[in-house]
Amino acid sequence: MTVSIALIVIGVLAVAFGLLLGYASIRFKVEADPLVEQIDEVLPQTQCGQCGYPGCRPYAEAIANGDDINKCPPGGESTIKKLADLTGKEAKPLDAAHGEEDVKKVAFIREDECIGCTKCIQACPVDAIVGAAKQMHTVLTQECTGCDLCVDPCPVDCIDMLPVEVTPASWKWDFDKTPKGDIPIKMVS
Amino acid sequence: MFPEFEDVVSRLDKGQLATFPGGVHPQDHKALSNQTQIADLPLANEFVIPVRQHIGTDGALLVRVGDKVMKGQPLTQSNQPFSVPVHAPTSGVVTDITQHVTAHPSGLNELCVVLKADGQDIWAPLSPCDDYTALDKTALIEKLCDAGISGMGGAGFPTHIKASANNEVEFLIINGAECEPYITSDDRLMREHAESILTGIDILSYLLKPKCVVFAIEDNKPEALDAIRKQVVSRPHVRVVSIETKYPAGGEKQLIQVVTGREVPRKGLPLDIGVTMFNVGTCHAINDAISFGKPLIERIVTVTGKAVKRPGNYRTRLGTPVNHLLSQAGYLADKQKTPQVIMGGPMMGFTLNDAAVPVVKITNCLLVPETHELTQGEDERACIRCSACADACPATLLPQQLYWHSKAREYDKAQEYNLFDCIECGACAYVCPSEIPLVHYYRKAKADVRLELDEKAKSEKAKERFEARKARLEQEKAEREEKHRKAKEARLAAAEKPARKAADATADPAKDKVAAALARAKARKAAQAAQATGEKASAENAEATTADAPQATEKPAGNKKAAVAAAIARAKAKKAAQNAETAETPSDQVVTPADSPAPATAPANDRKAAVAAAVARAKAKKAAREAEQQSAPQSDSSAPATKPVEESEQAPAPESPDVSAEDSAAEAKKKRIAAAVAKAKAKKAQKENENKA
Repeated sequence: MTVSIALIVIGVLAVAFGLLLGYASIRFKVEADPLVEQIDEVLPQTQCGQCGYPGCRPYAEAIANGDDINKCPPGGESTIKKLADLTGKEAKPLDAAHGEEDVKKVAFIREDECIGCTKCIQACPVDAIVGAAKQMHTVLTQECTGCDLCVDPCPVDCIDMLPVEVTPASWKWDFDKTPKGDIPIKMVS
Repeated sequence: MFPEFEDVVSRLDKGQLATFPGGVHPQDHKALSNQTQIADLPLANEFVIPVRQHIGTDGALLVRVGDKVMKGQPLTQSNQPFSVPVHAPTSGVVTDITQHVTAHPSGLNELCVVLKADGQDIWAPLSPCDDYTALDKTALIEKLCDAGISGMGGAGFPTHIKASANNEVEFLIINGAECEPYITSDDRLMREHAESILTGIDILSYLLKPKCVVFAIEDNKPEALDAIRKQVVSRPHVRVVSIETKYPAGGEKQLIQVVTGREVPRKGLPLDIGVTMFNVGTCHAINDAISFGKPLIERIVTVTGKAVKRPGNYRTRLGTPVNHLLSQAGYLADKQKTPQVIMGGPMMGFTLNDAAVPVVKITNCLLVPETHELTQGEDERACIRCSACADACPATLLPQQLYWHSKAREYDKAQEYNLFDCIECGACAYVCPSEIPLVHYYRKAKADVRLELDEKAKSEKAKERFEARKARLEQEKAEREEKHRKAKEARLAAAEKPARKAADATADPAKDKVAAALARAKARKAAQAAQATGEKASAENAEATTADAPQATEKPAGNKKAAVAAAIARAKAKKAAQNAETAETPSDQVVTPADSPAPATAPANDRKAAVAAAVARAKAKKAAREAEQQSAPQSDSSAPATKPVEESEQAPAPESPDVSAEDSAAEAKKKRIAAAVAKAKAKKAQKENENKA
């Protein structure tokens, strides 16, 4: 008797929770894979393709499907660290096959040498180059991600990748280069 | 606990003041420089005026190199709200507008106007105002903005923004604390210009309508207190309070806490709790700007330290190079082992790395210490967890935790400990027995976090643009496909009319052949004529092109090829004729009818020269690439023949059998084809050269 009561109670509970869970899975359904979104957030969005995928999002999808997390040179070590935290994988050093971490750069067109072929405009993944056929082109420095993709298509090699200059606003309190500049916050009293 | 207005006022009247937590009591060394009257500094020969001297955006330049400017003439202008202009500190000539080292710890360059003084020092026309109450608020605020006034206490916040606040202001606090050791510029200003400061306060009161005005002065400045109290007799609404001397009582948040007992919320503004604060120097500048119409072109700078002969306060024009100021104050080089000048005080200032740095709106002090006057804290030792820093922190932070996390670059954790509430006063570093430059770590961490946020914003924008582009490309592709589909439908519809089709079919081939033959004949003649002008062609390329020639011209070509060849040939002929006339060096390509006209007339004018240069560079690039991968010589032989065929598929040539008609109609197309052929030629020539070599 007691056994059957126990069985009935457990059975009723099982059905109730089953229904509850089933309802919750429909009611609170997560539409997309949130991991891909999160990974995409972490990636630097240069859209450079150095990872071997056509843009940051495809690489984010690949990582979500198990690809290595050390294929992003523009992101460098810090991105690998964040990806490791996110995916639970071990942080590996940057895969040299995909390039090396470099200082941030932006493209610069030597304008008097530009022939107006529009090839770089087509190559730019973020529409950061303006110009028209047979007219001089120029780079919108603010929008340029420094992905390097415009350099190769240029038939006359008039695009340089210049390192982004440090301004007082972007200076990181790094006194290595200005040894005399440290703060005299100690006084002999 | 938020003290109500009445409570605060009654406490103030009773002389009871609140205090802020922590704080330190360094030796103030103020007597070094506050004994003498403010001296006028002789004009420098050259002034360097940074375009941006305040927090916010910089304006657009109004002057050009070579312009003559008057004293007080604005040099920049901006429509942005967070922007104030800079003015010429004296009359003279703008000799340069360039990147020049400015007053920043990084020692990096910023855009500056270099002004050569003419020694006349003539004012631009000023518009003084005897009765500011006759003006309405907007006019007054505009005047403040045009005078270039930004906070002179240290932060450089544009004053007109603060003065145009719409919130109800309960307390207008005038900051005369000047808590940092060594600095006495505000002290001397209060002693000597009390009337001017109070007129400035009157103007601010008129603008802000505060319920209560409090003038706060540290009790280590009794003379300044007396001077202000004398002037305040006629202004009973201004309460002068003497506050306890404790560093950093002059910090905005700390002084508000001392006077009102209220705390500024984190990420909030003083205005949120009904308080606004101005520095005494700013009040003086406001009076100058409104009552006398003078823009902000000078300020009081304390030059002090034991390595100057005449320490004191100097009325200095903005833009005066530091070395001029130092030489006037009598810099004693032999008292310093290595030259060292600190801009600002010993607690929050920074060491200059160039004596050409100009004085700017926020420069209140130049400290020139003798060799052992200050220590540099170079012997940083391990933290012993004594927590003296936490006791000293006026913002009640945990400097030790911040230090660990900042040093380990764990910025998330540092932010959990409210890194951004640190006011960088240096009290923690001052008390640290291990001489750890704590503030240095916080500043670095803050800069890193800010840059990371910037990066994040930028990558967000890049992502947006990338996605917009992808969407656009897809749309374009869809549109193209739609167009093709429609064209195909139209073609099919046209095919149903057999009569027209038959007519086209019979007419085309015969006429085309004739046209092609004519063109070839013409072209040969033209080529011969060009050669006859006796210009030299480069030997290598001549070889290359003659090798190409037969393929393009003598190959029995189909109808379309023939038409293209004809078109190119005519273009050639024209070019060749031009060449013969101008007697320019015809490029080797002229020899062969199928070649491009563009390089042939290359030297004719600048643009063509540029094109030629570009082609040459393209060649060079190709050559470099080809050198690596040896390609078979035969593989490229078919290139010139096939390429025009592809191009001509869209060409309208077959539809226009008449030669002269075609000439006018297909001119543009021809040129393009010709150019394409030329490029192919150029590449091939280079390749062959490589192969031969």
